[in-house]
Amino acid sequence: MSVTQDSFHAALLGATQPVPKGLSDGAGHPAGRRFDVYRNNVAASLTDALEVGFPAVQSLIGHDRFKTVAGQFLRTHPPDTPMLMQYGGAFPAFLEGFQPLAHIGYLADVARLEQAQRQAYHAADAAPVRPDQIATIPPKALGDAIITLAPALQVIQSAWPVHAIWRYATEQGAPKPPAVAQDVLITRPEFDPVLTVLPAGGAAFIAALHSGAPFATALEKASYAAPGFALQTMLAVLLHQNAITDIITTE
Amino acid sequence: MLDMSRPLSHLPAAPGVGYKPQHFNDILANAQPVEWLEIHAENYMGDGGRPLAQLRHLAERFAISVHGVGLSIGGEGRLDAAHLARLKTLCDWLQPASFSEHLAWSTHDSHFLNDLLPLPYTDATLTRVADHIDEVQNTLGRPMLLENPSSYLAFDESTYCETEFLAELTRRTACGLLLDVNNVFISATNLRLDPRAYIDAFPLDRVGEIHLGGHDEDHDDHGAPLLIDSHGREVADPVWALLDYTLAQTGPRPVLIEWDANVPNWPLLAAEARRAAKALAKVPA
Repeated sequence: MSVTQDSFHAALLGATQPVPKGLSDGAGHPAGRRFDVYRNNVAASLTDALEVGFPAVQSLIGHDRFKTVAGQFLRTHPPDTPMLMQYGGAFPAFLEGFQPLAHIGYLADVARLEQAQRQAYHAADAAPVRPDQIATIPPKALGDAIITLAPALQVIQSAWPVHAIWRYATEQGAPKPPAVAQDVLITRPEFDPVLTVLPAGGAAFIAALHSGAPFATALEKASYAAPGFALQTMLAVLLHQNAITDIITTE
Repeated sequence: MLDMSRPLSHLPAAPGVGYKPQHFNDILANAQPVEWLEIHAENYMGDGGRPLAQLRHLAERFAISVHGVGLSIGGEGRLDAAHLARLKTLCDWLQPASFSEHLAWSTHDSHFLNDLLPLPYTDATLTRVADHIDEVQNTLGRPMLLENPSSYLAFDESTYCETEFLAELTRRTACGLLLDVNNVFISATNLRLDPRAYIDAFPLDRVGEIHLGGHDEDHDDHGAPLLIDSHGREVADPVWALLDYTLAQTGPRPVLIEWDANVPNWPLLAAEARRAAKALAKVPA
């Protein structure tokens, strides 16, 4: 009687599935709870990986509820790569559709923010431009300039005060979140991701730069999204957090 | 073709530890008696950031062993080509002193289960695993070490004992072996075998590295002892005794302390490494 990896796999992920026949304790007894060692290893190690990736979600819903959600998630969405640093890409969407937690509307956005921080942490290195470099570009040339952003840079847009909720969940003594929508910029000045609430129009500005649009077009889109877009603030943040890696002018 | 006259590993016959980022500063300040470090390959497959920066720094001062935990060499399907390519990228830039993986499977139907799952020791498994080892060694352009598993159960269909199975794999592929003495003690206890007889039957001339780690104690349905490979505490005394027994036959070898869960502070981990240094010092070169 041959035990296929198909049947082993099914019994590992289905806690109510019977242990495959043909496995024993080496002394003639069926494997029984010895098989549970593998079941426990799989569930516990993947739950650990999710706890490492989503500490704010865990803090918001509590350890026990997190374990329950993680247990359901890992059975329906096992990792598709051995790089566990990436595990949980589908977790925010899963939380969104998870009925018992549907009343916590912001949970999925907090998970998105945590996943983006992890991606930023492992993103490629890139040498930044000096903060004063942009000042050396003639205003006429700046409009056509193409600005390259660091690979670690991420933006999470939310209808919730997602940055304040994340701080509240992870930082002792953080203030209670205000009732405002927040878009969050994630940068990595060196090795640790830094979170900054974007000024209104900031997400549109960065999306335009990401799409390869020249500076003037990005500014136009940002100003259209938010009249009075705070360009100087936006540029200061990007430059001082090492988030701009190149400014290409045609001259 | 792989040059099989190359040594199995370039690690020093001295204590090493599994590297944990929280020990980075301690290691740079004073790593004694640790002479080499082992990393889990999958943790260094990101594109950049602190993990790779730390690794580049450590590699300037220490011999590094790359230990894969996700290649699923025993898988029924083909090896994951993308993952093997990532291993090659890592080994190509890092030029580690050793590369090792496990006699186990962990991926099925493109699901990675993050555990080292057991294999039946049959002719079919032997052929498949040997093919996979050939593919790994040819792709990486270096010999690999294959690690013996910790077993909680046995397959009725097995026709080889584990030591015969490993010996046949090394014969067919010229790979080396990573002898995990803690795993030997766990498997022997769980499957009622004699751990010293296992060591006696092991192809010791192929051992390029030895692992030690802590285990937990539990019981099965019939009250029989069931040891679990947790890597979450000190190495148990009978495992140290089994190390002495092994080293007396192999002579000095690179010996690694694995402590992956409940990671201790550096002094506690260094104390374990000192115990390994003492065991090595007792052995004539």
